[in-house]
Amino acid sequence: MKISRTVEQIPPSGIRAFFDLVLGMKDVISLGVGEPDFVTAWNIRERAIYSLEEGYTSYTSNKGMEELRREVSRYLKNKYGLDYDYEDEILITVGVSEGFDLSLRTIIEKGDEVLVTDPSYVSYGPIVTLCGGKSVYIKTLPGNGFKVTPQDINKHCSKKTKAIILNYPSNPTGASYSRKELKELSAAIRKKNLIVISDEIYCDLTYDFEHTPLCVLPDMKKRTIYLNGFSKAFAMTGWRIGYACAPREVIAGMTKVHQYTMMCVPIMSQMAAIEALKNGERSVQEMKREYKRRREYVISRLNEIGLSCHKPEGAFYAFPSIKSTSLTSMEFASRLLKEEKVAVVPGTAFGPSGEGYIRISYASSMEKLKEALARMERFLSKNKMRG
Amino acid sequence: MNEILEILEKDARATPEEIARMLNQKAVAVKSAIKKLEKDGVILKYKTVINKEILREENNCVRALIEVKLTPQKNLGFDHLAERVYQFPEVTSCYLMSGTYDLLVVVEGKNIHTVSSFVSEKLAPMENVRGTVTHFILKKYKEDGDILKQPEKSKRPAITL
Repeated sequence: MKISRTVEQIPPSGIRAFFDLVLGMKDVISLGVGEPDFVTAWNIRERAIYSLEEGYTSYTSNKGMEELRREVSRYLKNKYGLDYDYEDEILITVGVSEGFDLSLRTIIEKGDEVLVTDPSYVSYGPIVTLCGGKSVYIKTLPGNGFKVTPQDINKHCSKKTKAIILNYPSNPTGASYSRKELKELSAAIRKKNLIVISDEIYCDLTYDFEHTPLCVLPDMKKRTIYLNGFSKAFAMTGWRIGYACAPREVIAGMTKVHQYTMMCVPIMSQMAAIEALKNGERSVQEMKREYKRRREYVISRLNEIGLSCHKPEGAFYAFPSIKSTSLTSMEFASRLLKEEKVAVVPGTAFGPSGEGYIRISYASSMEKLKEALARMERFLSKNKMRG
Repeated sequence: MNEILEILEKDARATPEEIARMLNQKAVAVKSAIKKLEKDGVILKYKTVINKEILREENNCVRALIEVKLTPQKNLGFDHLAERVYQFPEVTSCYLMSGTYDLLVVVEGKNIHTVSSFVSEKLAPMENVRGTVTHFILKKYKEDGDILKQPEKSKRPAITL
């Protein structure tokens, strides 16, 4: 069967073969995982089980259950002072992934340009393409902590530029922005009259300063689509649930697409999410403290063994340079897997600027992290690759 | 609780060097902080958590919770009586309780007979002990935050973006 040219032209995930290699191997220590190593807290799981017993097995309103939207609204108000009306400014989505797809489908016209950071999360570029838009990549540099600057925005904008995708803290680099940095960025964004799709799924895992949602800054709410979810903070990746907050005309548009493609988020996930927002804050704080310690440990060890790495402000990823080894990212990851059974993700999975880097996830127990770093050290010294 | 204690409470074998890395501090500073905590008696000792549920067959170790009613002593209250109870090596824990009884005493013994003879010969006849109720533990599921079975293997795929 002939598939559409658009889909055909989306670059396939180049590292699929490498992934299959990892999944086929036994006793691998994996630092390649993009999800928490905690299981969803018991009170949240228990709530979902109970909701099934109660017979909550139906569709819900397209936008999501009213109680959940109210909880999201309350949560954002308490946490950040945000004002989103549960009635028409919040949409419950199947993870940020769906929220992201809906956002672009709702705002992009054929030929619109969208600014995307490189490296960045794998789905951004392809979804822009699927929507008929064109991604314009902003190469971010380790010297600047992999952050976008106002100059970058000015330089990459054309008359056709419609939007910018921000993701902070970032997967894969862990980079995030302080309030001051966001103010500077938002000034450039306002000047260029851009819409921002702000993927803040890792917001609760910000270690050195308080996370600032872009939409709290003056004059930004009306041009921001704020995306968040339950996967990372509440360790609920498999539940596939998130939310989008935006001006009502945007939410109305997104809800139309959502209604025709997804109908609604599974009701058990919605029930669980209500419990997470009501009683989950404690486990979030515990997780964050644990991740912070792991971050310090991993960054310090990476630099010690000769893989220079900036200290990421958030998420649970380190993005060290492997340039000192003279290997490509893919060669490094493949050899490390074969020789020492440690799985990492080649930086090139996240865009061409990821060449020379690997993504290391520290969402693994301290015990495993210690062992994995010892193996990496052995790998480097055995092959005399020490920078 | 201070972060060094939080780490050690979970893993007594974490070395000062590792803790220093995790907290972004100097190893010497962590070392001396631990020394001080030991000296002040905040850190009492370092133990290993043993899952005796697995060893049960060979060890034949039983545990009982014993409610003890006391008549408090003039000027001494309960502390003095508690001390007389907890000095026995069979007693693994001892708490002063609110409610219908006074002391909750956890006793460990080789088998049901050692425990019951401890209760009937040592504990119950003590002066000021007005009565005891003994509850034997049949099975332990979770103790001091640790679930007493091998953790299940992670169900996460080894690599995801």
